[in-house]
Amino acid sequence: MRPFIRHALLALAGLTASLAAQAQGEPIRIGAILSVTGPVGFIGDPQQKTLELHVKRLNERGGLLGRKIVLTVYDDQSDPNNANTFAKRLVDTDKVDVLLGGTVTPTAMAIVPYAERAGVPFVSTGGGLALVDPVKKWVFKTPHSDRMVAERILQDMQERGIKRIALLSETSGFGQSGRKEVTAAAARFGITVVGEESYGPKDTDITPQFTRLRNLQDLQAMLIFCGAGTSPAVAIKNYAQMGFRLPVYMPHAAVNQEFIKLGGAPTEGVRMPTTGFVVPDALEDGDPQKAPSLDYYRSFKEAYKVDASPFGGNVADALAIAVDGIRRANGTDRAKLRDAIESTRGLVGLNGTFTMTPANHNGLKTDSLRIIEVRDGRFELVK
Amino acid sequence: MLSELLQFLFSGLTVGAMYALAALGYALIYNASHIVNFAQGEFIMLGAMTAAAMVEAGSGLPLAVAAAILASVLTGACMERFAVRPARGAPLITLLIITLGVALVIRGVVQVVLGKGNHALPAFSGDAPLRVAGATLVPQSLWVLGVTLAVVVVLAWYFGRTLSGKGMLATSHNPLAAALVGIGTDRVMLVSFAMSGALGAIGGVITAPITFTSYDAGVVLGLKGFAAAALGGIGSGPGAIVGGLVLGVMEALAAGYVSAAYKDAVAFVLILLVLMFLPRGLFGARVTERV
Repeated sequence: MRPFIRHALLALAGLTASLAAQAQGEPIRIGAILSVTGPVGFIGDPQQKTLELHVKRLNERGGLLGRKIVLTVYDDQSDPNNANTFAKRLVDTDKVDVLLGGTVTPTAMAIVPYAERAGVPFVSTGGGLALVDPVKKWVFKTPHSDRMVAERILQDMQERGIKRIALLSETSGFGQSGRKEVTAAAARFGITVVGEESYGPKDTDITPQFTRLRNLQDLQAMLIFCGAGTSPAVAIKNYAQMGFRLPVYMPHAAVNQEFIKLGGAPTEGVRMPTTGFVVPDALEDGDPQKAPSLDYYRSFKEAYKVDASPFGGNVADALAIAVDGIRRANGTDRAKLRDAIESTRGLVGLNGTFTMTPANHNGLKTDSLRIIEVRDGRFELVK
Repeated sequence: MLSELLQFLFSGLTVGAMYALAALGYALIYNASHIVNFAQGEFIMLGAMTAAAMVEAGSGLPLAVAAAILASVLTGACMERFAVRPARGAPLITLLIITLGVALVIRGVVQVVLGKGNHALPAFSGDAPLRVAGATLVPQSLWVLGVTLAVVVVLAWYFGRTLSGKGMLATSHNPLAAALVGIGTDRVMLVSFAMSGALGAIGGVITAPITFTSYDAGVVLGLKGFAAAALGGIGSGPGAIVGGLVLGVMEALAAGYVSAAYKDAVAFVLILLVLMFLPRGLFGARVTERV
């Protein structure tokens, strides 16, 4: 394990906070484990930037409860083993009051056992339902789960009168979990999955799978449960090449400008569920997510001179939930803080409005997912 | 039925041609030095990424392709001169590890300089699919197959008809004897790495419109290319081509007729079987051990 530790990136952003925040007393210690490098570095990197920026802004406004916030971020290099080691270190050595992060489900799951054993509140940013189902005493999560995404897609299909679909899922953990949720929930929405195929996240040609799906009778829609990266673009190009004319659905993993840039014309008309935060310009003015989302993108761009990626939203929400909990618990007693987080009510975040209960440690509702469609090379809200 | 088979073949041959180009790169360097160059996949990625960055910066496609080839050739040459040559005489395993190290360096530099995002090149002649007897293929597939064929012809001419090519072959058979008859073996090594770089860049550029590319795209391509090279018989030119195409077609047929989940498994089991009965691959030299 030693070499891993030596390789770790230590980012003590709290120390660089402005001197303006002359906060008194023992600082509030927040620890985060993020995948800043490695295969999912493209998610963890904007997360780290977001977290550092938001903590800095809090400290500039005088910190929290009159105390300064000290943030410690460790980079697990997308490796669950490292995430596990860093969880121990954050709790034992850095004595943090709350844990954030776990960029994706595997690394987040690796932090869970230690958070549970040590009794430290852990607000995770992994998407997998397994994080909060069954409910774990100390674990919370901010993104929508695969189940909500699957159900939102099926709901939209039902509204359009679609009854027979084909399902192409990626062999990654995300794709397979999505496949499970879709097949489990389809019947409730009066939808039959007529045919199923799978493909690897690094596959460059999936026309054989589409050839098999093309032979199915009376298909009304195609659901491609893809992961992030190039896989959605490869899938949609092959789909168009095969001459399909059916409506296509994809999960939120495909919602980024890169998908449209790589996929080109075939991406027109593809529908996917996403949080309003990802498409702030498309939201109506009165929407609760509009103002905080626009503020997030603007402040990120000001601080880093690059466009913010939507992936930072999950960790911004995790921080907001922790901060809100610390305020209501009026301190950092771990047990009190946990209870405070569990009783989060109507907290307007970027992913949606969080209302947690002892049975629901995510707190988002399915209707906080909006359906968007690609039109003229842009994501537009379907009304 | 027939149109299905045709579709699987189109898919398999396109993917197979990519593997074949990667496998040819392995063969070139292996022939000159008996090194398996695990940075071959990174040459492909480097070519594709350079071209994509140039196109995104507004240059035309021909200029981007030229820059991509130049970048990979220089990288290949530098790799030989500054990483492999200083370790000359070291055991083969050391040299293999050096190539792995170079692969990591190339990947890291591209990640820092060109970013972690995914990139695409525009298709050379449009995206409208062509229909042949009920099956479809994109024009870029024809580019891939055509360019692969052209590369094979050029390489065959180079090794069969030019002095420099023959010198390379001689070096691969016996470096000492080659040096004694006046062949600059250092230069041969340098040229083989540079050529492998060019081959990688060409492969990367022609496949990028289909496969897209990112800083980590070289890993899978390198692995599949190596599998194709092993299948065909490492060091054999025709073997690399046949190995690549067979691997690609096997994968497509497995995905089409069995299940996509077993695609890679079917291909690798096939390779295991071939290597069990023909340890030197389909086209490897038949040597009898003298005891």
